[in-house]
This record gives sequence, C-alpha cells and structure tokens, in this order.
Amino acid sequence: MASNPMYQFNVYRIGPEIKLGSVDISFTNASLFMVISSLAILIIFNLGAKKKTLIPDKLQLLSELSYSFVAKMISDTAGSKAKPYFSFIFSLFMFVLFCNMFGMIPYAFTVTSHIIVTFVLAAFIFIGVTIIGFMKHGLGYLKLFVPSGVPMVLLPLIVVIEIISYLSRPISLSVRLFANMMAGHTMMKVFGGFVISLGIVGGWLPLSFSVALTGLEILVAFLQAYVFAILTCIYLNDALNLHH
Amino acid sequence: MLKKIVILLFVTCFACFSTVFAAESGGMPQLNPEFWISQIFWLIITFGILFIVLTKVILPKISDNLETRKSQILENIETADKQKEESQKKIDEYEKIILDSKLKAKSYFNEAREKILDDINKKKAELEKDLDEEIIELERELTDLKNKSGEKINKIAAETSAELIKELIGEEVNSSSIAAIVEDQSKINRERKDV
Repeated sequence: MASNPMYQFNVYRIGPEIKLGSVDISFTNASLFMVISSLAILIIFNLGAKKKTLIPDKLQLLSELSYSFVAKMISDTAGSKAKPYFSFIFSLFMFVLFCNMFGMIPYAFTVTSHIIVTFVLAAFIFIGVTIIGFMKHGLGYLKLFVPSGVPMVLLPLIVVIEIISYLSRPISLSVRLFANMMAGHTMMKVFGGFVISLGIVGGWLPLSFSVALTGLEILVAFLQAYVFAILTCIYLNDALNLHH
Repeated sequence: MLKKIVILLFVTCFACFSTVFAAESGGMPQLNPEFWISQIFWLIITFGILFIVLTKVILPKISDNLETRKSQILENIETADKQKEESQKKIDEYEKIILDSKLKAKSYFNEAREKILDDINKKKAELEKDLDEEIIELERELTDLKNKSGEKINKIAAETSAELIKELIGEEVNSSSIAAIVEDQSKINRERKDV
C-alpha cells in the first residue's frame, strides 16, 4: 500500500479486460464493491422479509424499521403523492448507505468516493424529477422558476438565479456525497500515515485522532446517505407538489 | 419510461465527461476517466438489479408483514376490548344476582318466621281455651260433688245404721226416723266443726 493518501481511490481492473465495442467495461474493484453492497442489501432484506412472525426477530426488525424509516422520511418531505417512488428512494438510500459503510472497512474501496458514481446517481435523479415535473404539470412546471410575491423589477434576476440553482442540483447533490466521502477517507489515511511516521513515541495522538475520526466517519457515512435520500425527496416534492 | 431515462442518462454522461475530462490524469484518481464507463456500466447493472429485486420481491413482502401485523394488533385490541366489556357485563349480572338472592333470602326468612309465630300463637290460644274449658268443667263437677256428698253420706249413714240395728235387735226400725236422727246428728257434727 502506498503512503499517498489518494492511492486508496485508485480503480484497477480485476480479472480480464472486457470490451464492448471500443468501450472498456472491465470488472474493477469499484464494481466488486458495488456488487458486494447490492448483494449484502439483498441478502439482509431478503432474510428479514422471509419470516412472517408477529413478533419479529433481529433481521426482520431491522428490515421493517428501515422500511418504516424511509416511508416516514418520504411522507414527511414529499407527501403521499410520492408513494410510487418509495422503492426507488429506498433502494437509493440503502445503496448509498451500504457503499459508504463498506468503505469504512479497512482496505475496502469506497464506491461513493468517486464523482462519476455519485454524479450518475444525481443526474439520474435530476433528469427523472424534471421529467416527472413536466409530465405532471406540463409547461406549468416552469412556474417553479417564478416565485410568487416577487416585485416585477427583481423578477428577471430571481428567475435566472432559480434556473441556475435548479440546474446546479445534480452537481451539488453529487459533489456533496463524493467530497464528504473522499475528504473523510483522505483524512483518515493521513492520520494513519502519521501514526506510522511518528512511531511508538508520538504516534498515540494521531492514533486517537484516527479512532475518533472512525466514529465520525461512520456518522458521516449514514448522514450523507440520509441527506442524499432526503434531498431526492425534496426535489421530488418540488416536481409533485408545485407550490411556488 | 425507466428505460428511456436510463438511456438518456447514459448518453449525456458519456457525452459530457468523456470529452471534458479526457485529458486530465494524475492527482485525484477520481478524475481519471479510464474506468468511468466501466463504473457507470457496473453501477447501472448493480443498482438496476438491486432496484428491481427490491421492488418486485422484497419490499412487497416487508410491507405485507407490516400490514398484517398492524391489522392483527388492531384485531387483538378490539377483541380484548370486547372481552373486557363482556366480563364487565357478567360481573354486573353476577352482582345483581347476588343482591337479588340476598333480598329473596331475607324475605323468605321473614315470611317463615311470621308463619311460625302465627302458628305458635294460634296453637297457644287454642290450648289455653281448651284448658280454661276443662278447668271450668272440673270446678263445676267439684262443686256438684261437694253439694251432693252431704246427702249421700247421710243416706249411707241411715242405711248402715238401719242394718246395724236390725242385726243387733232383730227388729226393723222405721227408716224415716233413722234418717231424721242421722240428719240431726250430722247437723250437730257440722255445728261442732264450725265452732
């Protein structure tokens, strides 16, 4: 392992090179952790959903609590109209959460620390929400950019600002997750490197920092998944209930 | 719908990023576009499978579980309420029955007592009446006996003395004279007794 703190984000090929036409779609360590995260989610929730007892066991309780947690989050932020999108938001939240959490295992790869992954997710959400908005309200969806109760003089400026803020949604959504994960892991790597370089004498301070940072990073891993999901809900709310 | 979105997404991402950041390399591995397409490809596959399996298989089961639990709990609470009500009703009934039976027992007791007292009084009165009658009769008999006894004694005395005289002298004496003598004697005796 190199001491470069950015080395942990390297993507490398696992197994043979797979080419689709001229495009390289080889199986990499990032792909491996995507598969692991998805499989873990499927296994845990399948086990949790299998038994149908009146008093749930641990896994069942976990899956049911997650279900009601996400359901409550959606109904609180986007209302009852967002129910058809429940399973998407649930999958999104769980995928991001598990990718973040698997990234906390030492030597593991953090899928969400790559801008391309988070950007694809965010862009998908952005495009989907925009399509839903236009399908529900037609051209009336453009009223989103014209807040009510604004003086006519300020209106052109406000509209421009609203459009920019709307268009920057996928970027802010993806960069927030990516930057949080990358910064946290880089910092842990840097402090870990200090432990080695300062040795047995001075290494205790960065070690304790590392321990504290691990706790913080687990919190951030959960929090960023939650923020990602709740922002998706808020965007969905804008598209479903136009009340500007 | 979903397919369209995915295709659109794929195309836009591909168009934007493979051209803009193609030259960039080194520094942050995130900005090295070498495996971008691979990551997007595998992300779509894994997330797509995850989404489809969760939507079609797992989430309906979980929501089913939650629904059945909710309905069962509600049902149980309902039956518990019903049973509670019923038991309350039974308790009320039971208390009423006990109260009724207590009252009834009291009234039976009183009735029986009155009946018995009546009986006793009646019998007592009858008995007293009988006794009084008997006493009156006996008293009358007694006075009768008393009144008659003097005459009888005189008669017996006259007869015996007549017999006696006949035995002694062998002559018959006039019974009326004897009776007169006995009468005189008894009068004298009575006077002597009175003195």
